[in-house]
Amino acid sequence: MGATIDLWKIAKTIMFYAVVVFIVVVSVFPFYYAILTSFKSGTDIFRVSYWPVSFSFDNYTAVFNQGSFPRNLLNSVFVASVTVILALFMAVTAAFALSRVRFRGRGFLLMVILAVSMFPQIAVLAGLFEVIRFLGIYNTPWALIFSYTIFTLPFTVWVLTTFMRDLPIEIEEAAIVDGATPWVIITRVFMPLMWPALVTTGLLAFIGAWNEFLFALTFTSSNDTRTVPVAIALLSGGSQYEIPWGIIMAASVIVTVPLVVLVLIFQRKIVSGLTAGGVKG
Amino acid sequence: MASIELRNIRKAFGAVEVIKGVDLQVRKGEFMVFVGPSGCGKSTLLRLISGLEDITSGEMLFDGKVVNSLAPSKRGIAMVFQSYALYPHMTVYENMAFGLTLEKGTSKDEIRKRVERAADMLQIGQYLDRLPKQLSGGQRQRVAIGRAITRDPKVFLFDEPLSNLDAALRVATRIEIAKLHEEMNNVTMIYVTHDQVEAMTLADRICVLRDGLVEQVGTPMELYETPNSVFVAGFIGSPKMNFISGDKAKPFNAETVGIRGEHITIVPSGGTWSGTVIHTENLGADSYVYLEMGTEEPVVVRLEGANSYKSGDTVHISPMEGKIHRFDGAGKPIL
Repeated sequence: MGATIDLWKIAKTIMFYAVVVFIVVVSVFPFYYAILTSFKSGTDIFRVSYWPVSFSFDNYTAVFNQGSFPRNLLNSVFVASVTVILALFMAVTAAFALSRVRFRGRGFLLMVILAVSMFPQIAVLAGLFEVIRFLGIYNTPWALIFSYTIFTLPFTVWVLTTFMRDLPIEIEEAAIVDGATPWVIITRVFMPLMWPALVTTGLLAFIGAWNEFLFALTFTSSNDTRTVPVAIALLSGGSQYEIPWGIIMAASVIVTVPLVVLVLIFQRKIVSGLTAGGVKG
Repeated sequence: MASIELRNIRKAFGAVEVIKGVDLQVRKGEFMVFVGPSGCGKSTLLRLISGLEDITSGEMLFDGKVVNSLAPSKRGIAMVFQSYALYPHMTVYENMAFGLTLEKGTSKDEIRKRVERAADMLQIGQYLDRLPKQLSGGQRQRVAIGRAITRDPKVFLFDEPLSNLDAALRVATRIEIAKLHEEMNNVTMIYVTHDQVEAMTLADRICVLRDGLVEQVGTPMELYETPNSVFVAGFIGSPKMNFISGDKAKPFNAETVGIRGEHITIVPSGGTWSGTVIHTENLGADSYVYLEMGTEEPVVVRLEGANSYKSGDTVHISPMEGKIHRFDGAGKPIL
């Protein structure tokens, strides 16, 4: 009796880890293969191998010496950072109003905000293009910041509103009695309590802006204003018939690194239970 | 340092009127307790005084000046919340200093001095660098009181500050609040509670509220000795006053007769009423005997020391001379 139970236990453990390994391989393999390829050079690239055989930085130096890739990288950093800052600023202030100020049509407004995020990018592309031409920001980073902020805000506002609604109302009232204005309440009382939510939504907004392709392709036209995803897609080889896989892979790895670093940094800042101790419970 | 006057104050949330016209005067330096069952509007009334809620109609005066539209921080009040409401990300010191740092023109030294003085008063000086989550419930509530003291308010508002504490701590903190009132005897204090023991022990005057209206205002002993309605009579005092109505009250020319458990004596025979013992409670110093005698709730008799009555015993009781409260059909006292 005991033996069969042990066998079943072992089988379950094995199955569990088999599934874990499967998931890890499926999700990590593409990136692993990209790294592998980025270190290969010449015709090595077309030889399939799953372990590092050769090791050269040629592709990486090529990426940085070719065209305007460094410039594109800076564009991406600028666009994504400004988008995050703008989106968080507007979302925090909007969330305060939506969660703490009682006004007519609040629930309806929240539904509208959610509904906006349901439009597919392609559906608004033409209209947005006209707006951007009208504003005179076509082919500048501001065109991208403008459109990314629009697309990030619904989600950001929604998450922060939900989070802020859960903050104890007494803390806000204590601050009011202490003489705090709404701005002081937001910046000095609520923001420190909302770090986990701010970091999470900020990170998602950053990743969204960093990886976005369609708007970046449409709203920019010159090499110097492009962001990295578009730049990678438009990387060309020596001739019309050559696709520079090695360089593309090296560029892809370079773009991914900042995201991984950001997640690793902020993961430690996401401290749950930050409100513990303020009120009873 | 402020007298407060409420003139026909009303408050409605949508169509629901919670405060239905309250007139009240709180004197300078007085400890006023609002007491009443849950839903009577006592907390709402406190929030109207604090300015956290807007007044629907009526006038609120601090020292004779109308403050209806004045922001809470401009009224010179400080408030202690039931749930402490400390800022969880700030240390005890920062919590207490927060209000002062928002005021322009208060120097760092001045802030430190005031925080330390308040901390000394409450013996929380050694916790100044800790975060609220590192403190126990009683310590947190003391920090909340300290934060209020630091603001040097003219009016001190307490919203059921003891209801989250356990029984032993509640008594200790109650005494501390009473001491605080003695030390800060020029500060007007308003205290909301549903616990009549807190009301009796702390108050200079008690305001009993019922359904958004003031039922009676008076010193604890006034309310205890001359309640002006059945409601107040039943609410103030522990154990609850016994009410005897119908035929048994007829000889007293009243619809309802009220008599407190401590004003009933057990007599060997005869007596005014008689009943069957259904339960006894011995508390050591005193004891309660519950009698079934056809009233809505059993009649409670409070005796000194322990007693040896058993369930099923028949006892005869008499009210003490002059301690009977007579009420008419509308629940008002007959004088």
